[in-house]
Amino acid sequence: MTEPLRFHYDVDGENFSSAGEASVALKQNLRKLGYSPEVIRKVSIAMYEGEINMVIHANGGVADVEITDDRITIILADKGPGIADVELAMQEGFSTARDNIRALGFGAGMGLPNMKKYTDDMKIDTEVGVGTTITMVVLL
Amino acid sequence: MKISEIQRLLDAEVLCGGESLENEVSSACCSDMMSDVLAYVKDQGVLLTGLLNTQVIRTAAMMDMVCIVMVRGKMPTAEMVALAKESGIVMMHTKLRAYEACGRLYHAGLGRGEV
Ligand SMILES: Nc1ncnc2c1ncn2[C@@H]1O[C@H](COP(=O)(O)OP(=O)(O)OP(=O)(O)O)[C@@H](O)[C@H]1O
Ligand SMILES: [Mg+2]
Repeated sequence: MTEPLRFHYDVDGENFSSAGEASVALKQNLRKLGYSPEVIRKVSIAMYEGEINMVIHANGGVADVEITDDRITIILADKGPGIADVELAMQEGFSTARDNIRALGFGAGMGLPNMKKYTDDMKIDTEVGVGTTITMVVLL
Repeated sequence: MKISEIQRLLDAEVLCGGESLENEVSSACCSDMMSDVLAYVKDQGVLLTGLLNTQVIRTAAMMDMVCIVMVRGKMPTAEMVALAKESGIVMMHTKLRAYEACGRLYHAGLGRGEV
C-alpha cells in the first residue's frame, strides 16, 4: 500500500470562461501517471460535469482528488444553494438552469446522471441553504 | 477519413493543429449543447458546433475528440484557439451552416462505417 496521491483544485464560480480548468489539470496529471485512456475518460467526464455544476449552480467550490492503489476518489464541495430534491435532480432532463445557461451550451439536465454513469459509486450530501458535497469513485 | 479531407469538403480554414491534418477520424457529431455531447457522444472524433466559448474546447478535450469545426463562419477568439492548440485539437472554421456541413461529411461517408 503506497501513500495516496492527492490533488486539490479551487473552482472559481465567478468566471464561466475558466470553468473546467481543474478537470483539464487533473486529466493532464492522470496522463502523466500513466492511467488507461478508459479510466482517464471516465474520471475526466465525471469531474468536468461536476465542476461545471459547481460553477453554474453553486458559485464555485473546491475539488479534491485522492488516488490509492485500487481507486480514484473525487470530492466536489460547494457552499451553494444545495439540492432540494436529489431524486428529481438525478433524473435525465431535469434542470433548473435558465436560458442564459442554455445559451452557453449547458442545462440539459444530463450532468448528474452522466456522473453516475461514468463512476462506480456516487454519493450526494446536500442541504438547502448550506451546500453540496458530491463524492465519486472510479475503481482502477 | 483524414482530417485534411474534412477541411477540403467543408472548404474550411484551419486555425490550429495543422500538423495533425493527416490523422484519421471515423465519425463525427454536431451539437450546440455541450451537455448533450458529454452525455451522448461515444467515440466520435469530430465535433461540429455553432457554439462559441471555451467550454466547447474543454468538452472536446474531456471526450478525447481530435477536431472541432466551427460552423456558420463563427470565428473563435484567440483564447479559444490557444486552448485548442494546447489540447492538441485541430480547430477549423467553415462558412457553411451546420446542416450542410454535416450533410457533406455524411455524404462523403464519415460516420457511416465506410471510411
Ligand atoms: N452543485 C450543485 N448545487 C446546487 N444545485 C445543483 C448542483 N448540481 C446540480 N444541481 C441541481 O441539479 C439539477 C440537475 O443537475 P444536472 O447536472 O443533471 O443538470 P444541469 O446542470 O441543469 O444541466 P447539464 O448538466 O445537462 O448541463 C441542476 O439543474 C440544479 O438544479
Ligand atoms: Mg450539470
